[in-house]
Amino acid sequence: MEKKIFERPTITRLTPGMPSKHGVGTAVAPVQFIDGLKVDDLLEKYGSPLYIFSESVIRKNIQDLKQAFTVRYPKVQVAWSYKTNYLDAICRIFHQEGSWAEVVSGFEYEKARLNGVQGEHIIFNGPGKTEAELLKAAQEGAYIHIDHFDELFLLARVCQKNDVTARVAIRVNMDVGIYPKWDRFGFNYENGEAWDAINRIMANPQLKLMGLHTHIGTYIMTADAYRIAASKLSELAASIAQKFNHFIAYIDMGGGFASRNTLRGAYLSGEDTALSFDDYADAITSAVINSQIKPDKLPTIILETGRAIIDDAGNIAGTVIANKRLTDGRRALIVDVGVNLLFTSFWYDHKINPTQPHSGLLEETVIYGPLCMNIDVIRPSLMFPPLKVGEHFVISRTGAYNNTQWMQFITTRPNIILIDTDRQTHVIRKAETIDNIVSNESVPDHLSK
Amino acid sequence: MKINQSIAISENGFVFNPITGDSFTLNNTGIQILTMLKSGKTIDDIKEVIAEEYDVDDLVLERYLQDFFSDLKLNSLITEG
Repeated sequence: MEKKIFERPTITRLTPGMPSKHGVGTAVAPVQFIDGLKVDDLLEKYGSPLYIFSESVIRKNIQDLKQAFTVRYPKVQVAWSYKTNYLDAICRIFHQEGSWAEVVSGFEYEKARLNGVQGEHIIFNGPGKTEAELLKAAQEGAYIHIDHFDELFLLARVCQKNDVTARVAIRVNMDVGIYPKWDRFGFNYENGEAWDAINRIMANPQLKLMGLHTHIGTYIMTADAYRIAASKLSELAASIAQKFNHFIAYIDMGGGFASRNTLRGAYLSGEDTALSFDDYADAITSAVINSQIKPDKLPTIILETGRAIIDDAGNIAGTVIANKRLTDGRRALIVDVGVNLLFTSFWYDHKINPTQPHSGLLEETVIYGPLCMNIDVIRPSLMFPPLKVGEHFVISRTGAYNNTQWMQFITTRPNIILIDTDRQTHVIRKAETIDNIVSNESVPDHLSK
Repeated sequence: MKINQSIAISENGFVFNPITGDSFTLNNTGIQILTMLKSGKTIDDIKEVIAEEYDVDDLVLERYLQDFFSDLKLNSLITEG
């Protein structure tokens, strides 16, 4: 007779009165498969921990986003936000789906070019562009989004010195009725700074004002903020048309759409509070259409949506290293996924599921990573089944920012795989080795013996 | 190791300690082990039964029984001796 699966025996004290902050009836279903492939098998083949991306989910997300906007507005362009995830394979999926590249550094610009994106399909944001980067972008016809007056003057000088013309937009910050109010990037709308920048650009024949850009913040949970932003940019566009008889080609609404991850400290789950693409699309397109811009001069709406279209395509699977009981009686798990790999665990209460079924009884558990650092906490408190050493789990919605902000800290970083639409797996970033890390180091002669 | 014989264990894993008034829930393996303990089985007997029935090696079983017994002790359901 086949033996039964052994679940670690548990006993949980029942507390009368009000439910705990976890409420009642929490269920933690197993996540055995990703895109039809067994997670335990993937870990066996590629090692643990393991980042797993789904090509199908990425393609569906970008198609859903485009669908939400194109049914409401005639001209829409998505530009993939490289800083959200600049793994080449991931970027190329978005480019295959028609996305341009939105980059914020010379490094990202080079990555986009290496991914086959032409300069005229690159949006160059960011406050720290160098003279050489500005020249290259201008020569290749990229859209340079000017962040501050020093950059405006630098670009003007670069164009004059090299006799080139640059296609530019200005980044505009504004009050859209939300907190925090982002004013460190771009020129302010309310105090007239944006107009000052526009006047200077329009007076310079080597700078072609192509568009207006804003990025109102991140993880924005109200569509009305976008309505206000789109409305203000449209007013600016209408005023430019009136004053200069110049019609801008695009309004770039930046990124910031929320994903379904739950922010730390949020009372309700992100699954319940996140807006749909339709909510954002409705707010933005109606604001532009209802503005003073003439219908035959409607600009293209550019979206730099990152998080909301990549987060749920990424997962990290891992293994339990140890069980512990803390002095206050709570259970602790030490797992092989730490904050070095999951930077977003500082912001989110990530969803974590075992890969195998369990009896249903849950314990209050702290999940620690493997780093010898006190900050290495993946979840400070969640109701979780009694996993044993060696058992596996999946942390979902980890596709945004982790593979760009992760740290080579204390240990090396693991394999990243992509499951394609035919359910074939591909390593898209090899696990690091110590050679990768030390190859850039050098030891002075007097220390080499 | 002595179990507090006054505790009540229901079939579906509800445990009541009439001395302290505390109540608890057990998972399936927890029910089985605590019930055997209450019926007077020794730890070695328990290990034998569990190893026979479940896919678990001796070291893992030892590790988690030790963990479970320390939880029972922490909750005053068993005492040393």
